Amino acid sequence: VAHTEFPAQVSHHKIINNTQFVECNNEKIAGNNAGNDQGNTHQQHGIRATKQNGAASSGFDNVSGSKRSNYHKEEECSLFVAFFTFLSYGVLLFVGYIKEFFSPVTTKEKNREDIEECPPFTTFTIYLSYGVLFFVGYTKEFFYPPSTKEKNREGYVPLYIGFESFYTRNVYRRIQDCWNRTICSVPGAEIDLMERYTPDYGWTMKLTGKTIKCINAGSYNYLGFAENNGPCHDAATQVTKDAGLTTSSPRIELGTLEIHRRLEKLVSEFLGVEDAITFGMGFATNVLNLPSLLGPGCLVLSDEFNHASLILGLRLSGATVKVFRHNDSEDLERKLREALIHGHPRTRRPWKKAMIVVEGIYSMEGSICDLPNFVRIKNKYKTYLYVDEAHSIGALGPHGGGVVDYYGVDPKEVDIHMGTFTKSFGAAGGYIAGSKDLINYLRVTSHAQVYASSMPAPVAQQIITSMTIIMGKDGSSEGRRRIQQLSRNVKYFRQRLRQMGFIVYGHDDSPVVPMLLYLIPKISMFVRELTKRGVAGVGVGFPATKITGGRMRFCLSAAHTKDMLDKILKEVDEVGYLCGSHYSTAVRNSQPVEW
Amino acid sequence: KPGRYLDLGSGDKLLNLGSHSYLNLGERPEVEEAALECLHKYGVGSCGPRGFYGTTEVHLKLEERLANFFNCEKAVLYSYGFSTSASAIPAYSKSGDIIYADEMVNFALQRGLQASRSRVVYFRHNDVEHLEELLEEQARLDKKDPKKANATRKFMVIESIYMNTGKMCPLPELVKLRQKYKLRLYIEESVSFGTLGPNCRGITDHYNIPMKEVDMIMATLETSAASSGGFCVGTKFVIEHQRLSGLGYCFSASLPPMLAAASIKVLDILEAEGSDMVMELQNKCRQMQEKLANIHDKVTVTGEDISPVKHLKLAESTGNREADEGILQKIVEKAESYSVALTLASYLWDREANPPPPSIRITVNKDLTTEEIKKACDSIQKAVVDVMG
Repeated sequence: VAHTEFPAQVSHHKIINNTQFVECNNEKIAGNNAGNDQGNTHQQHGIRATKQNGAASSGFDNVSGSKRSNYHKEEECSLFVAFFTFLSYGVLLFVGYIKEFFSPVTTKEKNREDIEECPPFTTFTIYLSYGVLFFVGYTKEFFYPPSTKEKNREGYVPLYIGFESFYTRNVYRRIQDCWNRTICSVPGAEIDLMERYTPDYGWTMKLTGKTIKCINAGSYNYLGFAENNGPCHDAATQVTKDAGLTTSSPRIELGTLEIHRRLEKLVSEFLGVEDAITFGMGFATNVLNLPSLLGPGCLVLSDEFNHASLILGLRLSGATVKVFRHNDSEDLERKLREALIHGHPRTRRPWKKAMIVVEGIYSMEGSICDLPNFVRIKNKYKTYLYVDEAHSIGALGPHGGGVVDYYGVDPKEVDIHMGTFTKSFGAAGGYIAGSKDLINYLRVTSHAQVYASSMPAPVAQQIITSMTIIMGKDGSSEGRRRIQQLSRNVKYFRQRLRQMGFIVYGHDDSPVVPMLLYLIPKISMFVRELTKRGVAGVGVGFPATKITGGRMRFCLSAAHTKDMLDKILKEVDEVGYLCGSHYSTAVRNSQPVEW
Repeated sequence: KPGRYLDLGSGDKLLNLGSHSYLNLGERPEVEEAALECLHKYGVGSCGPRGFYGTTEVHLKLEERLANFFNCEKAVLYSYGFSTSASAIPAYSKSGDIIYADEMVNFALQRGLQASRSRVVYFRHNDVEHLEELLEEQARLDKKDPKKANATRKFMVIESIYMNTGKMCPLPELVKLRQKYKLRLYIEESVSFGTLGPNCRGITDHYNIPMKEVDMIMATLETSAASSGGFCVGTKFVIEHQRLSGLGYCFSASLPPMLAAASIKVLDILEAEGSDMVMELQNKCRQMQEKLANIHDKVTVTGEDISPVKHLKLAESTGNREADEGILQKIVEKAESYSVALTLASYLWDREANPPPPSIRITVNKDLTTEEIKKACDSIQKAVVDVMG
């Protein structure tokens, strides 16, 4: 694309009214074969063209006139504008696709973790599908404005404005039966789903009263401890009778029970660190402890796909956060060097503290973090390392010790181990573990220790029992068996899925298996069809993932037998053919996979 | 087992005046049985967030019961009390909005206010005139710039009984202000859930204000309802928004079902015997207040008569916060030797927006007998005399 060059002394006003400039743009538009050019956001020289009906020239004439005076917050984008943004992307991509069909582009990006790129035609269909949904929504709301109005609040500033609620009303509502599903059994390997129907196209959902028995590939039950019988259950029953349900008091006041101390000792033994501290909720562990550890004047390098709890905790702490590309230690090193050299952006002083925040397994990508490289960088630049092992503790590693165990890294190399008990231990709550100094500091300054109630006793007991089983301390080999079962299940499932021709993200050992579907309608179809066939999976789309990244996510468990996995794979294959999701163009290994 | 009596490791039972179980429902056998029954069916953990197969029948039932209890349309359930306040406020209030909050709101609400990135204006504790002044000022600014005013939402965040001082908020006057200046009213009812009002429905019941005057009520289940977690109730329009944008709801595992079942049983009990329990509790609170006021002239008690949370602080501060805390801590330790378990009200002094003065937080349990109250106050008196002369 040729850039027009302007002499330095030409005034800004003149540039705008330069007819040559306008003609140049008209040429490009004519070449696009789109008769009425609406809404090309033109970025040259920072001029934004406002959308108008009619020809392009009128759009440019208005630029000088529309002075956008900045209020303290940006104005919301109107729905009309949003629709045309998507339509414009659709058109541009369509043209690009046609062009590249005739003269293909030969530069390819180097593949990381075998991530296959989204085919350009699929990208176009994604934007087209959104464009159609928004167009329909916009037209409908033009004739029938949204009827969910608030009562008793006339004259008030509206509570929800703009794009978010439009999206919820017109896209999410149509497929919301795929989420918030109710179960009425223990969330083990098989669950009983309560069937729902909607009498009014998704505005309300009602239960029919029937239940569907499904194989559970959606709950976080990696080692299969979600059970309602067995040693965990018996111990929890006993403790409820002995110690009650709740202490109604924060840890620092009257809320510390004997069982909390035992739990913390056990956790520190399990992880191989000096001491540990536990909290009643995993989300709150991040949100309430990052502000105690960091403050303004600290530097944090955080992975691009970090969980919402980490992002919120970092925001509340007030530290300066720089985001590096997912799992890319070279990008991390580059950004870290730059930040350390330049110091604080405004004062140019050296940073008080520098920390790298990563997760063990990322729940939407299924990838395992590149811990040895991060540890190497951390040692080189003398920063702290915070690893959030919410999904990986118990699920990775020969002893279930998480990502630290998986790579065989010395636990002392990671400064702050954080994790949750919800996933592999079948309970609730979170922990932070590390050196004794760190934990002593947190016992006094953590927001959760001072203000929030302590963990309920039966939950703590469930964690103790399950952790003793995993460590093998109860004398049986049950823990060992579960860990091995999980890793065999994971390898088998992932290899079979790849062999069938689906695009699967993440490392071969991670029990979180995201399978790419790209389009929102395919996600909802997949979830519904799988439920009909007796498999319960989870579909995720925008805004939890990026807009071109709609996926199905399967969470494997040690409670799944080979037969259950085979059934899941068979149904997934069938539904995949129904909606055309075999996207993979890689060479397939046709040897049969052994479990 | 923690309840009315505590064992702090020394082997003898101390009278528990520090835990927040005002109605002592944790010691009821039917609550425990309900929890155990649910444990037999669902196990301990729910293994997933509400959106991904973590919603059980029990959760839906509890939400329905809570909404009915407060005479509202919908309720939303969180798995941790702290997260309720800290996630509910940022879901509605964004940068550019204004929140008027009492200066003594508790720490969880303060975190919610900070997370919302809005402009927070604190008004003096329970001072309705000060709030009116601030609102008038803002109204004058709004007249000059009506376009901006039409895009700025305004909220008011208060607690029914403040955990940090034990005083009750003047709700009728605040509702009038809300109507006049078009604010949205959010009330945090952790202390008053089940302890205020002739039908134990909380502060709206106490002042007889219809629920449509209040936008949302938030509370924790960790106090009177002897379990864990928290909830918000309100109209469907307001509450359903949190199902997609309440961070502590969407991105966190749901409440363990056995604790939800215990709360359902508690609601059963409250609906059956609530009014009697409230009367009894308020009686005991008044007795406690009376006795504590006459302990010693060097300590004073703050808090409403009928509030189950009272603060005992030094009548004259030494001027140094740490010294005050030291004296109060000694009183607490002495009281332990006289078989009363007290606790110093704990704060993170450098993080609080408006730290209250150091104090001992005393909570009243409904099942305390008159003799026990008398004995407790005598023990505290002895402790104070020992420390302060």
